[in-house]
Amino acid sequence: MTMLTAESLALIDQECAKYPAEQRQSAVMAALRIAQTEKGWLAKDTIAYVADYLGMPAIAAYEVATFYNMYELAPVGRHKVTLCTNLPCQLQGADRIGAHLQNKLGIGFGETTPDGRYTLKEGECMGACGHGPLCLHNNHQMHAHLTPESVDKLLDELK
Amino acid sequence: MSLNTPDTQVCLWTLGYDNPASLATYTANGGYEALKKILAEKTPAEAIIEQVKISALRGRGGAGFPTGLKWSFMPRTFPGDKYVVCNTDEGEPGTFKDRDIVRFNPHQLIEGMLIAGYTLGAKAGYNYIHGEIFEQYQSWEVALNEARAAGLLGKDILGSGWDFDLHAHHGYGAYICGEETALLESIEGKKGQPRFKPPFPASYGLYGKPTTINNTETLASIPWILRHGGQAFLELGKPNNGGAKIFSISGHVNKPGNYEIPLGTPFPDLLEMAGGVRNGHKLKAVIPGGSSAPVLPAEVMMGLTLDFDAIAKAGSMLGSGAVIVMDETVCMVKALERLSYFYFEESCGQCTPCREGTGWLYRIIQRIEHGQGRPADLDELLRIGNNIGGRTICALGDAAVGPVASFVKHFRKEFEYHIENKRCMVNH
Repeated sequence: MTMLTAESLALIDQECAKYPAEQRQSAVMAALRIAQTEKGWLAKDTIAYVADYLGMPAIAAYEVATFYNMYELAPVGRHKVTLCTNLPCQLQGADRIGAHLQNKLGIGFGETTPDGRYTLKEGECMGACGHGPLCLHNNHQMHAHLTPESVDKLLDELK
Repeated sequence: MSLNTPDTQVCLWTLGYDNPASLATYTANGGYEALKKILAEKTPAEAIIEQVKISALRGRGGAGFPTGLKWSFMPRTFPGDKYVVCNTDEGEPGTFKDRDIVRFNPHQLIEGMLIAGYTLGAKAGYNYIHGEIFEQYQSWEVALNEARAAGLLGKDILGSGWDFDLHAHHGYGAYICGEETALLESIEGKKGQPRFKPPFPASYGLYGKPTTINNTETLASIPWILRHGGQAFLELGKPNNGGAKIFSISGHVNKPGNYEIPLGTPFPDLLEMAGGVRNGHKLKAVIPGGSSAPVLPAEVMMGLTLDFDAIAKAGSMLGSGAVIVMDETVCMVKALERLSYFYFEESCGQCTPCREGTGWLYRIIQRIEHGQGRPADLDELLRIGNNIGGRTICALGDAAVGPVASFVKHFRKEFEYHIENKRCMVNH
């Protein structure tokens, strides 16, 4: 049974091509990202499938999936919002944004709304502190200079 | 100082142009000229390294190690594969300069990596990009494709007979991968756990091959140095602290952002460029080089110039040039609680003193912040710190201790007030 679409596998093949032929394992981080983008999260059999595709032990891929904190090992909402709460963002008002997000969604950090629409997470430094407070949407899109109003607008747009 | 010209700014000069990241903007302003000259004249590697040494370029990622010296460690004539790796895993709280280089001047970084590859005898290079900036990972791939199409990457570059290729590797959320050997493990598709050194990457690096790892800003400075000469770069800054440097200023200033200014610029000048302390508040403290750098009180910071040597002499470090500004409304206990949580969260777990110790530090600071501190806690924090520092494979343990020791040293009264009165003396 094929666990990933042909499109995802083609993207993984592109990543493999960056490394020496005998170093397919180098593509595991990208492959897990691609798998997560397709599936929403990484089930154990998805991780095992990726490992098998790259010719590495499943446990080694599982180690990677559990080490890096942007991989999701349990289902999350359609829209994951990760707010940076580290010191520079905190100084620029991240606490206020965090409180607003929690009130608005009725969930705490690490939780998902009952309708499965949103997951709220607390993140570490995203390397864009000058634009804080900021958040990531589904790991890949950054939203900066957050205000309660811009957060409301963003949440409305995420259907 | 006139801004946005390739002569007065080293890395962020393209910001004055409509399409700052494009190949056309870069080449219209002298871009890739240094590389072309090297390839046409077959400049010996020794001559390139000599210019880098003269420039007094020091690593822009945090350690400040002289780049020319690092390059001279590479066994560049040794047979077999060798690699150049760029560290854009920019996750040190307060630091956001490398993202802007990739965003606004990717071709200068590509040219810098090409020159490094040529000088060090490498067959390929990888740029490791911080997980949270996926959009820059994508934009860097676009720039690589532009360079490839122009014959600047791949086989027989510009008809010189020299082959070199460059790729992006995308991180996925691990501060520790900014440590160079953890970064190599990560490119190899493993957990990002630092390696014992020695052997150093110059002898045993990526896939066990000789490898040189430099920070993004370091590599992006190389074309400037070779175009204008090492001496000109040195003269932009001050002795032993060559060049301009990007300072990422965040926190309580009116205009947070990146400011590329000569090393040796007085701190009050940078503060003024950033619009001063927000809304007329009073400066309380500054972390001058990213969250791992010891905090300095306002009165010390206002008397300092921004260069490696001056800040080290004052008991902190220039680090990555990430300046975190705090005004008088900041509770230092709360600020330290957040930083300590960061190191606890990001410890890779490999060494016991760091894995356990960062948790102990965080939990003690957390209880002080929440009114449950005990009289012996401050001494306990310092004792734990002494048992982490210098006892781990990499510097993350030391990085976790730096803030704790310096916050307690300079703001001990605030911590004592928290413990005695079970509340904050700043925010009543």
